[in-house]
Amino acid sequence: MFVQFTTWDIVRNLLEGGKWTLALSLIAFVLGGTAGLLVLFLRMARNRVAQALAKGYIELFQGTPLLMQLFIVFFGLPLAGIDVSPWLAAALGLTLFTSAYLAEIWRGCVESVPRGQWEASASLALGFTQQMRHVILPQALRVAIAPTVGFSVQVVKGTAVTSIIGFTELTKTGSMLANATFQPFLVFGLVAAGYFALCYPLSLYAKSLERKFHVAR
Amino acid sequence: MSLVSISGLHKHFGTNHVLKGIDLQVEQGDVIALIGRSGSGKSTLLRTINGLESIDEGELVVDGTALHHGEGDLRALRQKVGMVFQQFNLFPHLTAGQNVMLAPTVVKKLSKKETEDIAKEMLLKVGLSDKFHAFPDQLSGGQQQRVAIARALAMRPKVMLCDEITSALDPELVNEVLAVVQQLAAEGMTLIMVTHEMRFARDVGNKLIFMHHGRIHESGDPRIILADPQTPELANFTRAVM
Repeated sequence: MFVQFTTWDIVRNLLEGGKWTLALSLIAFVLGGTAGLLVLFLRMARNRVAQALAKGYIELFQGTPLLMQLFIVFFGLPLAGIDVSPWLAAALGLTLFTSAYLAEIWRGCVESVPRGQWEASASLALGFTQQMRHVILPQALRVAIAPTVGFSVQVVKGTAVTSIIGFTELTKTGSMLANATFQPFLVFGLVAAGYFALCYPLSLYAKSLERKFHVAR
Repeated sequence: MSLVSISGLHKHFGTNHVLKGIDLQVEQGDVIALIGRSGSGKSTLLRTINGLESIDEGELVVDGTALHHGEGDLRALRQKVGMVFQQFNLFPHLTAGQNVMLAPTVVKKLSKKETEDIAKEMLLKVGLSDKFHAFPDQLSGGQQQRVAIARALAMRPKVMLCDEITSALDPELVNEVLAVVQQLAAEGMTLIMVTHEMRFARDVGNKLIFMHHGRIHESGDPRIILADPQTPELANFTRAVM
């Protein structure tokens, strides 16, 4: 039995896979951003234990390949008796990865806020959380927007790795189609075009934001 | 009891012994000028009074709130001590009015109406009631520093610390800031200021403290000790700056 694939069939299937790439990217970015903010607060806290924990977390995820992080979530959690689907493992792995990188990017932005802002707000009797919320983060945010949007490109491309643990996103769909159609060049060319279509607007947006905030300073 | 009482205060930066046993009593309504060469410890001493620098040894009491060896409730202390900085340090993302309103809003949890009234009152006091909605980068250096003074006053502090507040200003803007400080002094505000404005220290201050190598080297009525220094170090210093 032999199924014939038209080019439209290929594109249609890839679009289906692309939907999951997009969904995974969004989830990783939103949840990773939330978790990243938490890590950032720990990293900036005066408590040394919190600082060390956050620093270790960031270095762990920055110092190991994303693929290993996914393997550890996907194969490790079942060892602890927790069954994870490829979908859950992919979302969890990418969220952890994103949170570590965003925390580190944002730390740089927070540290770009002059020390005098901390001192002035401290001298007005604001506590750490109040300083962060009302004085430091609003200023760090302006600096953070461009690199954060820029990093979202890395998240989108990072989702490709989840194909290896069997999550059927764009790349995995592409592999299956390549095997079925014997047209790997066409299929992977379209896959690449799909990623480019997602990432390029983000890059352009990041660049325009960078220019905008640069002028505004 | 003194408003600010400092006894046996020591401070190190690594191996550098910056403050070597400071004893100082500040009474309600005192206007104290701290002078000395750079590195003499005058700024560090000022910054310990609101806990921006920790204390290695000794005791600091402001209006009954004590700080021993850097332990103690910093936020309670800071509600009693206002500070104005050399670089203004206004919050650039907030308007002048919002700068003044922030601490009464988030620290004292006052209502919007109350904090707005306070901000208007304080901006009026520093002569900037028309700048409520201006952002810091739309103001001159002298105006920014006056907003910073209004911001500190909004917490109704018992004592104000001024850390070289005219040193970053263009010469023609110095007087408008000093005029505000002079007015505060006249109203009875307790002021401790690190300054290079010797004439201002002499005319407005009721006490002058000359710091040298981390100690209070000479102190007293500015009109007397500036005219007739008792130590060669102060004599050298006044000759160099006046």
